[in-house]
Amino acid sequence: MSPTAPPGPDAQTAPVLLDRAGLQALVDALVARGFDVIGPTLRDGAIVYDRIADLAALPAGWTDRQEAGRYRLERRADAALFGYAVGPQSWKRFLHPPEETLWRARRQDDGFTITPEPPSPAPFAFLGVRACELHAIAIQDRVFLGGAHRDPGYAARRQGAFLVALNCGTAAGTCFCASMGTGPRAESGFDLALTELIDAARHDFLAVAGSEAGAALLAVLPTRPAGPEATAAAEAVLARTEAGMGRHLDTNGLKERLQANPEHPRWDEVAARCLACANCTLVCPTCFCTSVADHTDLAGTEATRVKRWDSCFTADFSFIHGGSVRASGKSRYRQWLTHKLAHWIDQFGSSGCVGCGRCIAWCPVGIDITAEAAAIRAMPGKAVGEGKGGNA
Amino acid sequence: MSAAPPAALADPMLPAPWRVRAVRRETADVVTLDLVPLASGVPCFAPGQFNMIYAYGVGEVPVSLSGDPADRSCFVHTVRAVGEVSAAIAGAAPGSVLGLRGPFGSAWPVDAAAGHDLLIVAGGLGLAPLRPAIYRVLARSERFGRIAVLYGGRGPAELLFRDELAVWGARADVTVAVTVDHADPSWHGHVGVVPALIGQIGFDPPNTVALLCGPEVMLRFTATALRAAGVAAERIHLSMERNMKCAIGLCGHCQFGPDFVCQDGPVLRYDRIAARLAVREI
Ligand SMILES: Cc1cc2nc3c(=O)[nH]c(=O)nc-3n(C[C@H](O)[C@H](O)[C@H](O)COP(=O)(O)OP(=O)(O)OC[C@H]3O[C@@H](n4cnc5c(N)ncnc54)[C@H](O)[C@@H]3O)c2cc1C
Ligand code: SF4
Ligand code: SF4
Ligand code: FES
Repeated sequence: MSPTAPPGPDAQTAPVLLDRAGLQALVDALVARGFDVIGPTLRDGAIVYDRIADLAALPAGWTDRQEAGRYRLERRADAALFGYAVGPQSWKRFLHPPEETLWRARRQDDGFTITPEPPSPAPFAFLGVRACELHAIAIQDRVFLGGAHRDPGYAARRQGAFLVALNCGTAAGTCFCASMGTGPRAESGFDLALTELIDAARHDFLAVAGSEAGAALLAVLPTRPAGPEATAAAEAVLARTEAGMGRHLDTNGLKERLQANPEHPRWDEVAARCLACANCTLVCPTCFCTSVADHTDLAGTEATRVKRWDSCFTADFSFIHGGSVRASGKSRYRQWLTHKLAHWIDQFGSSGCVGCGRCIAWCPVGIDITAEAAAIRAMPGKAVGEGKGGNA
Repeated sequence: MSAAPPAALADPMLPAPWRVRAVRRETADVVTLDLVPLASGVPCFAPGQFNMIYAYGVGEVPVSLSGDPADRSCFVHTVRAVGEVSAAIAGAAPGSVLGLRGPFGSAWPVDAAAGHDLLIVAGGLGLAPLRPAIYRVLARSERFGRIAVLYGGRGPAELLFRDELAVWGARADVTVAVTVDHADPSWHGHVGVVPALIGQIGFDPPNTVALLCGPEVMLRFTATALRAAGVAAERIHLSMERNMKCAIGLCGHCQFGPDFVCQDGPVLRYDRIAARLAVREI
């Protein structure tokens, strides 16, 4: 559960099998231990993460078909509970919520006092965290907990969270985690990892623990030992998913090419299509930017500061006295893509993209990060990336 | 350094209350505030650093420290009213309370400049973030070679710290040159842009450290002029301005290429940012 030291594969226990009732017992056990259990549910024609208590809420028998600018739910031939790839939301909305009150100030005769907002009460348990999403959480851990200053709200929510990972059984047409080295196998950073095994003869979940808390929980659930046949079937699921990956991003030399080509004609070309709607940043599981807004009540006796998701696609984002630094759509798309795939590596030691494909599917005009990056990568350029400019 | 802050203040997003001890009007829209903490000591700061200052219910903006780092009795800030928040801060009455977080950010490399000629080049309000460096340099001027302060403003009425500029200019160990874009009848000094002053003072370019603060276009032209004069790019340091919401590397607003200006800057080394400084809208 520790966000700083995710257990490696070595910490994993021998695999066991849970049937559907066993999986319900897992949810029950998490609820009984006081967790706010969040899992996939069907809402408004999409699979979204929400509070669940019963497996009946899961999207049994549904899958998602995704392409550039397209997301559609379809019936599967079976009743798989996790037979989809990823929906529009990520776990980000729970660990790094879209809106958070930071503090309240009360006016007094002599100035004012400021009180921080207490952290949210119940710890989260996430059911069905994909490998790319585990990597996205690890990336946000580095952003919010790995620097000189920690985000206390994120730290509190993250510290208590229990992660049940899911090895993907289906890849969408927009998925490219395999080329980003972030999936489809859940390798570390989880408490439990499941692989759904479903065919005419069975509907089981192969489970391994990745932490002591996960092992302790698994020990109280009704499990059966998993034989070599079940382990092999789970491997086959992952191999099939990897082979079905719809997209690919070649990251070799990409950082340098992006940093060397701020004036590439492709930026103008993509800017002509981009609506600067910010969908891509909102659905992205790693995008972390926020703004703050200050409010007072009518009497002016209480003032609050609220933090909200923000996006580098808005004009206000880079506003300084005299105008926005990034006034053109070209400069905003360039900022997004270059930050994500290049500067992020300088800042946090990894790419800011985990290959989940959300930004591709949810872009109203179907702009494809893999295609844009490939177009820039195809052209060498003069080095502009001097690395960080710190005054040290 | 000050004593460890009380537990409640350990949250880096939580402003602490500071009282406005004194207000001095500098120009029509610029004031200097002396601030004293209600609940703690005055922390140390390094010249070039800034604080996030909060006006109750209105908002919070980055403002550089403009006072003497050796004076531990208060924090001094010089603020121009340009919008809602800065106007609320600039309008704070003596005795009123503002919120403050900081100090944040990188510093002018004053001590590392010892043994070199030192050019301090400011445009407009940019003299305020450089003033702490000037105080520190002038307190031990024998450590440096020639010292020059070059300052440009739009007009005579917009110049900051004119009394102090006169005092510094009267010293034997520092050259002060001031220019304005537009003169009025009261003005008998230089007219023109700051980079034009560079050719008018004596310094040894290969052995010079330059500190630059002002509007981005002035930074670009000045850095280019200094390079042309033979000053090494790695000895030119400039303070960058970007939108800031958190000042602690978490909100993403201040990014300038791979740098977070709030943490890696605001003072950045020219050789490391020259290429991106030349690109529009980074
Ligand atoms: C490191 C640093 C040091 C600064 N030091 C000083 C100083 O010593 N004295 C001084 O008067 N000003 C200083 N500024 C500029 C000051 O922060 C802005 O004038 C102020 O943010 C304007 O806010 P506003 O609400 O009054 O104006 P508005 O124009 O209404 O601002 C609207 C929004 O834009 C942001 N914004 C606008 N202008 C700037 C700007 N120039 N820089 C950053 N964000 C901006 C505000 O935070 C706000 O979110 C500094 C800025 C930075 C980044
Ligand atoms: S940039 Fe796109 S593909 Fe990459 S992690 Fe974000 S949403 Fe997923
Ligand atoms: S790339 Fe697509 S999703 Fe992102 S801002 Fe542009 S139009 Fe919106
Ligand atoms: S101001 Fe928030 S990251 Fe720099």
